[in-house]
Amino acid sequence: MSAMQADPYAAPMPGMAHGNMTTVGLVDHAKNGFDPTAMLTDWETGRTELLPEGRTLRIFEVDAIDREIEIAPGIFFPAWTFNGRVPGPALRAKEGERLRIIFRNFGSHPHSMHFHGIHSARMDGVPGAGLIGPGEEFIYEFDAKPFGCHLYHCHALPLKRHMHKGMYGLFVIDPDPALHPEHAAVAASRLLGSPENAEWQEMAMVMNAFDTNFDGGNEVYACNTVGQAYMNVPIRIDKSRPIRIYLLNVTEFDPINSFHLHANFFDYYDTGTTLTPTQRTVDVIMQCQAQRGILEFSFAEHEPGMYMFHAHQSEFTELGWIGMFDVQEPAA
Amino acid sequence: MSDQTHTGRSALTRLMLVLVPLAAMLVAFVWIASIDPLRGFNNGAPPVEALTVERTILDETGIGLRVRAGGSDPMVIAQVAVDDAFWSFTQDPVGPIERGDAVWVRIPYPWVLGEAHLVNLLSSTGTGFEHEIAVAVPTPKATGTQLRTQALIGAIVGLLPVALGLMFYPAMRGVGSTGMNFLLALTVGLLAFLLVDMTAEALELAAGAAALFQGSAMVWLAGLSSFLLLMAIGRWRGQPEGLALAFFIALGIGLHNFGEGLAIGGAFAAGSAGLGTFLVLGFALHNVTEGIGIAAPMLRFRPPLWTFPALTLLAGGPAVLGMWAGSLAYAPQWSALALAVGAGAILQVMIEVGSYLMRQNRGRQAVLFSPAVIGGFLGGIAFMYATAALIKV
Repeated sequence: MSAMQADPYAAPMPGMAHGNMTTVGLVDHAKNGFDPTAMLTDWETGRTELLPEGRTLRIFEVDAIDREIEIAPGIFFPAWTFNGRVPGPALRAKEGERLRIIFRNFGSHPHSMHFHGIHSARMDGVPGAGLIGPGEEFIYEFDAKPFGCHLYHCHALPLKRHMHKGMYGLFVIDPDPALHPEHAAVAASRLLGSPENAEWQEMAMVMNAFDTNFDGGNEVYACNTVGQAYMNVPIRIDKSRPIRIYLLNVTEFDPINSFHLHANFFDYYDTGTTLTPTQRTVDVIMQCQAQRGILEFSFAEHEPGMYMFHAHQSEFTELGWIGMFDVQEPAA
Repeated sequence: MSDQTHTGRSALTRLMLVLVPLAAMLVAFVWIASIDPLRGFNNGAPPVEALTVERTILDETGIGLRVRAGGSDPMVIAQVAVDDAFWSFTQDPVGPIERGDAVWVRIPYPWVLGEAHLVNLLSSTGTGFEHEIAVAVPTPKATGTQLRTQALIGAIVGLLPVALGLMFYPAMRGVGSTGMNFLLALTVGLLAFLLVDMTAEALELAAGAAALFQGSAMVWLAGLSSFLLLMAIGRWRGQPEGLALAFFIALGIGLHNFGEGLAIGGAFAAGSAGLGTFLVLGFALHNVTEGIGIAAPMLRFRPPLWTFPALTLLAGGPAVLGMWAGSLAYAPQWSALALAVGAGAILQVMIEVGSYLMRQNRGRQAVLFSPAVIGGFLGGIAFMYATAALIKV
């Protein structure tokens, strides 16, 4: 009050911290059935069989399920999911493999899986080609190509509603080192399960958002569904090992989303279909809907600490799409 | 049924005749609640949710909102976003908000003086309830300085003009019957303007109140009730005239000025009106006619001197109370109620002044459509309308 009397036109809030920009409370990940932290490294590799000609057949099973999920503390969203989680399972295969995806619709609406990849029209997951009604099953089959960081999503119409209800996921095809002799080492480092790959700290990140009142604008923005998840639980990083992020944007209603890394720069492989970066030494990249790419960077030269990352649309940031890397010395 | 059988009933029988339907009602309610016959209509739709912000406080701790729930189920405020940024908040009392209950939501948000902010309260179903703060200014607090300043403004817009109007009394005493008719018609005209203005204001405020207050019905019924009550009180001992009529006019105008004080106080608190000298002068000019109206029924006799300050206080004083209430304890439904009661009072004095005018001209009904009466009535409305243009912001 005394401050007010000194200057009646001053906003009377001396010393008010801006550190209150936060959601209140925590999401019950156990009840949700998925945890954003576990999701970072939870690659779905399916099961494999050997085909007569010597090729690997990789089989995935994916179910469409209606499910209410908690997307920010206390805010519940009636989602349509693949395998009960949003984003859907991060499918991962190797270039050249034969893929078989057994898709069952346990939801209340027609759904499909439309893969961004190279396949025949019959396998495209659009109406008349793999779009199935509730209780039905469809088997998609095609070759894993081209290598890169891709996605799949439901292509039932209206597409906008099926997208933002949660029906999308990463679809990563690792390069086969044998097919890329000029960059064999790089390819090997991206091949899940190789010794070279084990050096990397790989993460799956899907930038998404939720229109909870269905007015055509998003109320909650997130990386991997839960707003501010990586603020509440920062991502542990071993500073001695390089980091690779498979990043996908599926945000509905807003034309673009972006990724900004604090106090560091990264190399970017747009769509992940090359073994040399498409952009070098950047700290912000933007993606339109369904655009995706691979980020590679390292904290080896940094001192340990909390390093922020977020969308660089401030609105998205402050409505949940923000997180922290907790960079630490390697565990003894 | 004859009178004999009616009076022949014992008190116990009559009691039973009331208790039986009451008991049946109770049993029916319990039965309906227990078997939930509407379960069959449950179509999986989420509960209806409603939140109404009744009061906004901006101070050194941030933003405080008084929020009333009015949904079909208890509601949970899950998150609060200010200007598209999730912000920490506390709720008092905590927990789900029952239908009809109100809570305080306090947000430690560094609001910016003179700028607009948008608060979005998100429920557990993700429904957003937006509340706009059009111009952020510190909410007045109940300090001595603040109360004195507001009392001064209230006195200028309420007391001063009524006193000035009453000062025309000696000049008015000399008028003949035509002049008298003109002045009474002028009074009815200005009251007609106030009636329309207050009713519109009350309905507008009521629209911003929680649905469970049924704003529109509340305004009409409260206005009607206050009109009937005041009519009954006024006619307890014959039709009011002279001093009594002057006091009723002063009461009606006083209630109107209370409403005007509420509006100014509320606008002041909301930052939507920087009270310029021009605006205050406008109010004063607008209200000068009120003093003339109060004086009109007293022209035929000499009232004791004390009546003038008493009438001034009754008609103008409520403006001060309204200022205080409007800026310190504002709630749309109670403001609407106060305005509706005032509108009923205005209608009562319109009827009484009109009836007094007719009695003054007994046997000469044609006078009611004479240039003096019609001119006075229309002149009153026109003057109020024109001066109101100065104060509507």
